[in-house]
Amino acid sequence: MEKVGIIGVAQTKYQRYNPSSHAELAYEVTARALEDAGLTIDDIDNTVTVCNDFWDGRTISSMAITEATGSHKSPTTNVEGDGTYGALMGLMRILSGLHEITLVVAQSKVSEGIPSVITNAMFDPVYERMLGLDAINSSALQMRSYMYTYGVNEEQCAKVSVKNHRNAKANPYAHLPMDITVEDVLKSRVLADPIKLLDTSPISDGACAIIMARESTAKKKHRKPVWIKGVGHCADAYHLGDRDLAEVDALVSAAQRAYDMAGITRPLKQIHVAEIYDAFSYMELMWMEGLGFCERGKAGAMVDSGSTEMNGILPVNPSGGVLSAHAVQVAGLARIAEAVLQLRGEAGDRQIDGTRVALAHGIEGACGQGQCVFILGK
Amino acid sequence: MPVQSEELGNTGTLAYPSRIRLPYTWHVGKVGSRFYQEIKEHCKIWGIKCPKCQRVFVPPRETCPRCYCEMNEWVEVGSTGTLLTYTVTRYAVPGIQPQKPPFALGIIRLDGASTGIAHLLGDMDFKDIAVGLRVKAVFREVRQGNYLDIKYFKPFNK
Repeated sequence: MEKVGIIGVAQTKYQRYNPSSHAELAYEVTARALEDAGLTIDDIDNTVTVCNDFWDGRTISSMAITEATGSHKSPTTNVEGDGTYGALMGLMRILSGLHEITLVVAQSKVSEGIPSVITNAMFDPVYERMLGLDAINSSALQMRSYMYTYGVNEEQCAKVSVKNHRNAKANPYAHLPMDITVEDVLKSRVLADPIKLLDTSPISDGACAIIMARESTAKKKHRKPVWIKGVGHCADAYHLGDRDLAEVDALVSAAQRAYDMAGITRPLKQIHVAEIYDAFSYMELMWMEGLGFCERGKAGAMVDSGSTEMNGILPVNPSGGVLSAHAVQVAGLARIAEAVLQLRGEAGDRQIDGTRVALAHGIEGACGQGQCVFILGK
Repeated sequence: MPVQSEELGNTGTLAYPSRIRLPYTWHVGKVGSRFYQEIKEHCKIWGIKCPKCQRVFVPPRETCPRCYCEMNEWVEVGSTGTLLTYTVTRYAVPGIQPQKPPFALGIIRLDGASTGIAHLLGDMDFKDIAVGLRVKAVFREVRQGNYLDIKYFKPFNK
């Protein structure tokens, strides 16, 4: 694959009830990503937005932010899924040979709608939707299935939440930095057993933008381009009952594709930091297994041993992860932006020294139906 | 009318509370319609079998997701099955929930089926719900040809 570099990143601070409009959020990150890349809007030759009509409360929602992203009268298209898929589309547009510099912008205002009503609408309207399934109780079905099959326990899941909220204290963009204990998580209000309030991610508003360029341009334009070494994506079945919810087949496949491209055969050794989509605490454990950081069912023990802490052998979510800021459409793109900062050595107090290879991961659909993995490197 | 939203605090910005309402009619399709007719008229649950991998899918659909071939062989599956996973929803979301919380949901593999079916659980103490529990479908007395014609699954002992 021709080399493509990421030469600009920007995020807003994530918070509930951000008073800005969707367009204002999109403009804020577009302007700051351009500044980060040392470019002007005239350097951008195409734009990918990441908007979802249900979350944005309007149809063809991407068309409402063309001015804000500077894509008025220029080639722009939209990806409706997670932000990692927006980055994937941006990468493909450069690889097509038609474009040189792509701007990818994701924005989401989760506080404006009612998340459970919106996530209920992802289920089949003539089948499971009538059961009142949403992101929380469908994930509870998955967490139970995972715990039952692999013997992972609620304490181990709680440790993920404790770690990520603590990591968030070093991330100025995070929504929920806090010191909590395993006991706090276990004693927090049960939403849908075994999921408790502190196993879940917050309702966040925010935006993220990245700028990608083909190799020659990236080298010319930026002091520290970060290279896309590998990418893979894969989707599992739609109906929950068609899947074994304890398994991570789609992620294994997505990761293998990304690893093959990047020449990674021993992920635990070759990857120095991982930013993964922990919408719920248990997900970090399942995705670690799907990414091959440990054997199936061993992620709980890996967290017990401290291996994924800031000073562990593979720090996972030094940013605080999605548990500490979940602006839905944005969250995967934010994982990429965080990985870029780590590789540049510009991650501030959350910097993992010596990072040369970083992984960023996104999901979409119920219980991680769709999985997308990026490997980035210096 | 725009309002000064309390949630926005003292930012001087306005918010505009409204709602989106969109009447919509979903067609269930040929395969799904037959599935619902059998439940509505005979209280029987049918799946459909893949000619290649022999898996039986409930609810039925016209193509096998794995083999990508058409499926035509209808197979009656039992109204009894085994609970694969479950949860009790304890928070209220207006407008989308079929019962007042708390209510129990699970995924059940019906006897003779290869896939699971997500549905409500009833007639049982929440503390007695467990993976592996044998359950049986309870049908509504007045059925309308939709997913809730199965009222819920309840514990079942031979």
